[in-house]
Amino acid sequence: MKRLCSHCGKSFANILVGREDKYLCRCCFFEYFEDTVHRTIVEECLLQPGERIAIGASGGKDSTVLAYVLKLLNERYYYNWDLWLLSIDEGIQGYRDDSLRTVEQNRDDYNLPLYTLSYSELYNWTMDQVVSQIGRKSNCTFCGVFRRQALDKGTEKIQANVLATGHNADDIAETILLNLLRGDHARFSRSVMEENANYRMSIDSDSKKIRRVKPLKRVYEKEIVMYAYFKKLKYFATECIYAPFAYRGHAREYLKSLERIRPHSISDILYSLSCISLEDSKTRVGQQCIRCGSISSQNICKACLLRTSLDRGQGVLAVKRSGMAILSKNTVESEIPQTVSESSTESNIS
Amino acid sequence: MPQVELQFGGGLESLTGGNKVVPANFSGEQVVLGRVIDWIRTCLIKEKHEYFVQGEHIRPGILVLINDVDWELEGKTSYVIQEGDRITFISTLHGG
Ligand SMILES: [Zn+2]
Ligand SMILES: [Zn+2]
Ligand SMILES: [Zn+2]
Repeated sequence: MKRLCSHCGKSFANILVGREDKYLCRCCFFEYFEDTVHRTIVEECLLQPGERIAIGASGGKDSTVLAYVLKLLNERYYYNWDLWLLSIDEGIQGYRDDSLRTVEQNRDDYNLPLYTLSYSELYNWTMDQVVSQIGRKSNCTFCGVFRRQALDKGTEKIQANVLATGHNADDIAETILLNLLRGDHARFSRSVMEENANYRMSIDSDSKKIRRVKPLKRVYEKEIVMYAYFKKLKYFATECIYAPFAYRGHAREYLKSLERIRPHSISDILYSLSCISLEDSKTRVGQQCIRCGSISSQNICKACLLRTSLDRGQGVLAVKRSGMAILSKNTVESEIPQTVSESSTESNIS
Repeated sequence: MPQVELQFGGGLESLTGGNKVVPANFSGEQVVLGRVIDWIRTCLIKEKHEYFVQGEHIRPGILVLINDVDWELEGKTSYVIQEGDRITFISTLHGG
């Protein structure tokens, strides 16, 4: 028993969106999806006409859809954006090689320039080497810290001042939940403030700092996968070979199970998030890492700390498994604090 | 004896030995999608069954389409399969 599209009433519906009474045909779904992303960009002033934009490209579904939709909106609305694909090579054999090939496919299909930066050129360590030293327990912590900084450096290198990543509504809810579950108040506060930040204010006030934007923040994982499926976009769908041990995976599964019982779980979490207001007192602005010059709340940034520990063969010691970040306490005076909270650093790829 | 085409994507093809398309025959009159899922779990998938089904349900995060229509619009597991149906399973859980 086929249902007609609740928007146009002409074609049969293909997909149930928004968890409720909205069921759309293929065409209306494309329109809905693209409009949602466009409204996010416009209403939150995420991207300015004419600017150079780095798209964090992993070859996965989120960044592939992001690159596709940004290119499409650019042409549809004459934004004159200078779009670049920015890819980070973590140095994971048999995983990143294949996904990089997918990014190269994106480059050719969408006719966008691609810039690739590797952990080995930035840190002199590949993830394979990191794992061979520290094992598979905290490797995602290293990878997350390195990736965050690598994306910043790459954005700088291509002289863009905005970095767009493919994080979607599910990813954001997952991150908030993860930080909450871990009792890491520093990271929790930071993620809440980042998500609730208003770019309208930050654009002219601090032009040197790279803006991180998430144009897919209002669309759900399901919608992204459906969009990619119906548009026949090619993406890379293999789990990182080092990821199954990460706690994030459990948070993701938990969220998906919640959703089955309570379909609105994700939008409820995001609504709660938008209602939290935090005093921005802890942020020390304008501080730079004395080693590499990255913006950092400490003298030495986390990436440099982790790298130093690896160089000394002490990578395992660098990560403490408890929730509290020693780094978040202001009391550490020594040049190199020995621990980085695992919870404060891990981030997902998207 | 409806014959259907099963499709696996988004990383799920790793459970079927890399096969993205698998034809299958089912005997009987009223074959519901739940039975097809059961068959995939017990006969088609050789290992890591929990990546496909958890308990009674298909693993959360796997999308199902029947002839390109979201199964949530088609009664999910109670859908009665028709000759020539194309059933697509896509994982949303892999990669970013
Ligand atoms: Zn329609
Ligand atoms: Zn540094
Ligand atoms: Zn994702």
